[in-house]
Amino acid sequence: MSGAAPAVGVARPRVEGPAKVTGRARYAADVPMADLAFGIVVVSTVTRGRIRDIDVAAVQDMPGVLGVIDHRNAPRLNPDAGHFFGPDGGLQLLQDDVIPHAGRPVALVVAETLEQARAAAEALPVTYEVLPHDTDFSADHPAGRAAMALFDGPVDVGDVDRELAASAVVVRERYFTPEEHCSAMEPHSATAWWEGERLQAVDSNQGPFFIATVVATLFSLPLEQVRIRTEHVGGGFGSKGLCGPQLVLAVMGAMHFARPVRVTLSRNQVFLTTAMRPAIEQMVRIGADDDGRLRAIHHEAAFELSPLAEYIEGCTELTKTLYATPALRTRLTAVPLDILPPYSMRGPGAAPGSFALECAMDEVAERLGIDPLELRLRNEPTVGPASGLPFSTRNLVACLREGARRFGWASRDHRPRMRREGPLLVGTGLAATSFSVGAFPSTASITAEPDGTFTVVVNATDLGTGARTALTAIAADALAVGAEKVRLRISDSDFGPAWSAGGSRGTTSWAWAITEAAAKLRSSGDQGTVTVDTAQLLNDLPSRERHSYSAVFAEVTVDPATGEVRVRRLLGMFAVGRVVNPLMARSQVIGGMIGGLSMALHEEGVRDPVSGRHINADFAGYHISAHADVPDIEADFVPDYEPGIPMGIKGAGEIGNVGTPAAIANAVWHATGSRQRALPIRPDRVIEEHPLQ
Amino acid sequence: MREFAYQRVTQVREALTLVAENDGSRYLAGGTNLVDLMKCGVEAPTRLVDVRSLPLGGVREGADGGLVIGATTTNSDVAAHPEVRRRFPALSQAVLAGASGQLRNMATVGGNLLQRTRCAYFADPSQACNKRVPGTGCSAVDGAHHNHAVFGWSRHCVATHPSDMAVALAAFDAVVHYETLDGGGEIPLSEFYPPVGDTPQQETVLPSGALITAVSLPKAALSPWSRYRKVRDRASYAFANVSIAADLGVHDGVVRDVRIALGGVASQPWRARSAEAFLRGGPASFGTVPGGG
Ligand SMILES: Cc1cc2nc3c(=O)[nH]c(=O)nc-3n(C[C@H](O)[C@H](O)[C@H](O)COP(=O)(O)OP(=O)(O)OC[C@H]3O[C@@H](n4cnc5c(N)ncnc54)[C@H](O)[C@@H]3O)c2cc1C
Ligand code: SF4
Repeated sequence: MSGAAPAVGVARPRVEGPAKVTGRARYAADVPMADLAFGIVVVSTVTRGRIRDIDVAAVQDMPGVLGVIDHRNAPRLNPDAGHFFGPDGGLQLLQDDVIPHAGRPVALVVAETLEQARAAAEALPVTYEVLPHDTDFSADHPAGRAAMALFDGPVDVGDVDRELAASAVVVRERYFTPEEHCSAMEPHSATAWWEGERLQAVDSNQGPFFIATVVATLFSLPLEQVRIRTEHVGGGFGSKGLCGPQLVLAVMGAMHFARPVRVTLSRNQVFLTTAMRPAIEQMVRIGADDDGRLRAIHHEAAFELSPLAEYIEGCTELTKTLYATPALRTRLTAVPLDILPPYSMRGPGAAPGSFALECAMDEVAERLGIDPLELRLRNEPTVGPASGLPFSTRNLVACLREGARRFGWASRDHRPRMRREGPLLVGTGLAATSFSVGAFPSTASITAEPDGTFTVVVNATDLGTGARTALTAIAADALAVGAEKVRLRISDSDFGPAWSAGGSRGTTSWAWAITEAAAKLRSSGDQGTVTVDTAQLLNDLPSRERHSYSAVFAEVTVDPATGEVRVRRLLGMFAVGRVVNPLMARSQVIGGMIGGLSMALHEEGVRDPVSGRHINADFAGYHISAHADVPDIEADFVPDYEPGIPMGIKGAGEIGNVGTPAAIANAVWHATGSRQRALPIRPDRVIEEHPLQ
Repeated sequence: MREFAYQRVTQVREALTLVAENDGSRYLAGGTNLVDLMKCGVEAPTRLVDVRSLPLGGVREGADGGLVIGATTTNSDVAAHPEVRRRFPALSQAVLAGASGQLRNMATVGGNLLQRTRCAYFADPSQACNKRVPGTGCSAVDGAHHNHAVFGWSRHCVATHPSDMAVALAAFDAVVHYETLDGGGEIPLSEFYPPVGDTPQQETVLPSGALITAVSLPKAALSPWSRYRKVRDRASYAFANVSIAADLGVHDGVVRDVRIALGGVASQPWRARSAEAFLRGGPASFGTVPGGG
């Protein structure tokens, strides 16, 4: 048993790859089911108001229609149900006639076939009393108030104003990022039914155990009576971290019609009803001495949210750890508007926060006339600047130096607008990042089977990232057997509590539980079944600054006559702890960097200024980088290890998204000499009147 | 379910008759625009007459030595055709700058000319739109319109025509050929799309029920190096913010003749006739262009 070669650190393709490419893998909307009825969601076309009437009689006799659920006959829901940030009014669907935001579900039309349900949903007459709405976000909106301080709360270190007054240079700028949509390829789908006393559901989400707890609370059921499964998920990016409208409505359908009901959102509804990143406005002030040493950082971020639910876009979190500074002030402001409650999306807080901080750092380097790389190196902290805690490991410098070497940074002329190729301007830029890492309590159990194999049960979810493959390798090494001896079972709320796939903490949380269970099983002589819960172990973990790090380098071309920005090269060096599977880790961070590129240049939810509704809520209107936008991307890892977490892993989930937008924006400045402080960097923001001068 | 009949035809006359018979009939070519509009509720035909089996495919030489492109030729085939690439490279470039490989394999010349605007309000039946439902108002005028028309618009509609191919065809003075039950006809592309005025719903001057049979091009362009340049928000798979098809005949350093058409700026491919007049007969140099250097 002991002779097995280690599986962690070996590049292996996804274990479910063949099933996916041959179509055998089933996503939530594909699972066959007898006696299935189909529900189509009807969403509000007004942004604020009341439902005057829903004329159910007009569609009741249409072919195949089983009925319509609306606020008059829907099961009553428990208002205490919520998510990470507390009760979430976004879950309270079909409870009253109030329309709090455009796209709010107002009815579920259920029929024998998908087509019949859709025809009736399209025909269903809904009339509204329209009330004035406010979807106009700005940092100085009068409704703004301090954000909830569950994390990324306000920090005051030293005397920011005095340090700024004493600084040789002070940069003070505002940065804007728009509403962005998670845009997972697989639309949200749920199928719910009753089996005796138990509510069953197959749902597309990022963590079935957590979702089961929400459903149980929402429908006032004991948790044991709820079972949620999630086999394959076609991407989440945050939007499937919540209990989605598809599941709430499918459960209502199963209750009302006493048969299995499937609800799949249309692409348009995915945009309108599942969580997005809020619009954000940030103010950054940085003061530095002549030699580049920072004296103060002041970072404030305001973001929009909905009065229905709390949320924190923790933009200032990385500002509290990335650079040494004697004075630091951070604030977060929340602005309630008539919008869908926003939620975590691809590097929440860190992706927009890093855009502001790292662009401002680039401006400091410009004012001082020093190399932006050198500026970062001169401000390496020895302890957390806000926390005073030591770093568990800190490998930012290695990322910066190795990245610079591979990118050829040393030969860069730091003055802007110096490189021209025909009609194009060429520039390069960089950004440094950190992303907080850790683990959350999870359970796992392992059974030693009579045939010498092991069944590992952990409530992990594989969003397509390769979690199955990674956890199989981790379990194999922890059990000191070959990966072929491990049978992994994931994504069933009956498997017990575990953290969801999110916050870049999935792999660390699940791996921890697996390694503990394996250790226990081995010490009991590889017999029977053991189950562990890591809650206590996590409590015992000493407080440290624990982060992964990266340095991202970008080269862009800009056509000043048309304003078109194209990224020619992207390079990311990452310190993400021990790399479990280099093949998939690389895919993950490259995917993240493409997400960052897309955020930098393309993604933008656009609202109609009159109606307040999203008007580009599909993939033709909401632009995500196309293949032709994606250059050669190099991504690699510096040796790194997290001492506090088993196997030394940190998690590479979201860090790829972070840093890339700032690196690109800084490269655009280097090419053109103009700062781009609003994303996306659209042609109309870049175009020059006299491009050839 | 919204039911509709589907009929595949092999004779032009059959197609014309089926469409003339029934108000709710539409020709179906690649379906890449029509089917999308059926899905979002903008179009609700009761009968689709599939024209892809009509003998209207392919590119051939006309009696005058020009090129005749059959209406059902796919966009991919137009772009790849050696004579198109040799004589009218801007046309090939324009087609390749549009949509994606998969869509171009389906999309046809006739359908491309008749594709509808990409104005978001047009595609959303819950919004007011004069083009979709005349008289309801134009949501884009006070709404989001940063990609809408800059030339030739009216208060009734500020939408643009989305076709790339049509911009190149406009620069080459192409002619659209059609058939009706009462006989055929031809319309120069420059007159094919009427001014918006107060009838944005009337997008072309084709007689009702007419079937486009072909598009013809002259024997030669002004030069063999015409160009199409498309500016867009991402590198592919996006409609033009603005595009330009240009063909410049230069002799002895003098602009003998020039044709410039702009895309993404009006409800029709916009011939830049004043710019053409300004350049014609002048020196072929960068300095000629105001703001050029
Ligand atoms: C995602 C996406 C991106 C796109 N991007 C671009 C782009 O960048 N640039 C661009 O130019 N286009 C773009 N297109 C549009 C595409 O080029 C058109 O949809 C296509 O050319 C239409 O051709 P079709 O044969 O599929 O037409 P269909 O959808 O079949 O028909 C369109 C219309 O033409 C009518 N019709 C078709 N043939 C005839 C005929 N012979 N006589 C009379 N009437 C006829 C139909 O009745 C219908 O009203 C894009 C489309 C999509 C879906
Ligand atoms: S611009 Fe034209 S197509 Fe768009 S909403 Fe106005 S009338 Fe309709």
